Amino acid sequence: MTPSSTDRAAQIAATRSLARTRWRVAAILTLLMVAVYFGFILLVAYQRALLGGLVSDGLSLGIVLGALVIVSAWALTLIYVQWANRVYDPALAALRAMPGADAAARGPQEAAR
Amino acid sequence: MTLGTPDPVAIGFFAVFIAITLGITYWAARRTKTTDHFYAAGRSVTAGQNGFALAGDYMSAASFLGIAGLVSTSGFDGLIYSTGWLVGWPVVLFLIAEPLRNLGRYTFADVVASRLNPMPVRISATFGTLATIAFYLIAQMVGAGSLIRLLFGIPYETAVVIVGCVMMAYVLFGGMLATTWVQIVKAVLLLGGAATLAIMVLAKFGFDPRLLFAAAAAKYGAGVLAPGKLVSNPLDAISLGMALMFGTAGLPHILMRFYTVPDARTARRSVFIATGLIGLFYLMTFVLGFGAMVLVTPEAIKAMDAGGNMAAPMLAEMLGGRAFLGFIAAVAFATILAVVAGLALSGAAAISHDIWASVIRKGQPKPGEEIKVARIATVVLAIMAMGLGIAFKGQNVAFMVGLAFAIAASANFPALVLSVFWRRTTTAGAASSMIVGATSTLVLIALSPAVQVDLLHHATAFFPLKNPALVTIPLSFATGILVSLLRPDPASEARHEAIETRLLLGAD
Repeated sequence: MTPSSTDRAAQIAATRSLARTRWRVAAILTLLMVAVYFGFILLVAYQRALLGGLVSDGLSLGIVLGALVIVSAWALTLIYVQWANRVYDPALAALRAMPGADAAARGPQEAAR
Repeated sequence: MTLGTPDPVAIGFFAVFIAITLGITYWAARRTKTTDHFYAAGRSVTAGQNGFALAGDYMSAASFLGIAGLVSTSGFDGLIYSTGWLVGWPVVLFLIAEPLRNLGRYTFADVVASRLNPMPVRISATFGTLATIAFYLIAQMVGAGSLIRLLFGIPYETAVVIVGCVMMAYVLFGGMLATTWVQIVKAVLLLGGAATLAIMVLAKFGFDPRLLFAAAAAKYGAGVLAPGKLVSNPLDAISLGMALMFGTAGLPHILMRFYTVPDARTARRSVFIATGLIGLFYLMTFVLGFGAMVLVTPEAIKAMDAGGNMAAPMLAEMLGGRAFLGFIAAVAFATILAVVAGLALSGAAAISHDIWASVIRKGQPKPGEEIKVARIATVVLAIMAMGLGIAFKGQNVAFMVGLAFAIAASANFPALVLSVFWRRTTTAGAASSMIVGATSTLVLIALSPAVQVDLLHHATAFFPLKNPALVTIPLSFATGILVSLLRPDPASEARHEAIETRLLLGAD
């Protein structure tokens, strides 16, 4: 079957929309990580006394927040992987199944190599 | 303390590691026939294996010995580094891993060049790659030389030459397959060693980290649990943070790992696993650092090595005796060896794939030629690494890893992000972003207090920040965007449509 030009146009539109969604998710999660880490650094730089305060015996707020930076990095990667498994991968599969997807994926690949 | 004397247990453990990894190299060499094998391990690495290999490539001796030392001597401030080294990984996952796997073959320049004019892009990308690798290699080699002298009592020069030769054997014969398995073995040993040590420390404090921190505070004042004088200049801290956060996503030896897996989905899963492992490792450095502070004491640590690098090995000897010290020392040596091998391979790939095959041979190398050039480049890089390691003997090179991250973040990361996600990026834009990013970083490093004051002993520096990333990352992005907007290239903009399809669906 040769893909018709309407198939091709629909495939391109779907690709663009999915690419945009992926970019948006990636950008939001990246900004969250930036906010968490630089928020921590700014607190370290400007709120020393606050971070030195004890949450419980032996545990300063600074140590808790430092550990939370690591935990939030884990959480954000988990959110992304969950999103990718539940939303992104099925959308990719649907895109691949569209008529015209093969030609679109194969053509530029040869050109680029 | 037995540190600094030739120790048969440590040397025995190290000999076992060398024997195992050379065995792996022999096994890998028989399977390494094509360029796909040499650069990308035949794209056969699983998500779990690559997760460990990424962690292995990333957890250098600087993070194991350096951060434990920093925490043990300055308390909380050391933790700023523990967190900083991890936060680059989510960025790699969100922005880089999958597009890279789908758009490229061997190097990150493949991705930037995929819809642009390859020649200028690859030449500038090689400049950024080699600059990053040079700084990283110097730091590792000098670290290797001094550590091995302290740990095993082997002379500095001998240690540097041993590291250079063993690394050369891994890469030359075993290519990416051997390098990957060396990283996996090393990651398992390092995580296992650090975990054992952390458990031994916690056992002394009823398995409650709070009691450990409280003991540190009782001994050295509550100040050790609060931010201290390390971050005296907030701009310095932010600049270093930016280098760490975005530099990870521009490190050539890390990026290259995404080509060793079969598809983008596996690449994604491998970063998730790597982030988990690396985060766990840095959480353990909290315990190791404070453990060394309380049990070994900062005075004893500084007496052994002014930089504090011996905190973890001294802690190991105190808690596990000579045999455990030998094990930890061997792990530290193995760590350096593995990181150096990954660096050399990515440098060789830039020279042979980006310069020789794509620029000199215009993308049409003779059969078998590319892999031959890669092997010659490996030998040259190994000799250079040994030479630089010996030349920089006695210099404080701890800051160099931070600078390598600054170059990676300013030269490689902006061009990568722009070319993948911004339709209007042009050849001139991407190339100038990489050149300006790398050059400005190198110039500002030369003018920074780290070189002007610490190295050349001038009274003041021309540029106030120790790490230039705060200036150079925005500069590199701005250059790429401005140059692209000034001279638009409709042809490459049109090709972005095809890139978008491949970005999502991959090439195969």
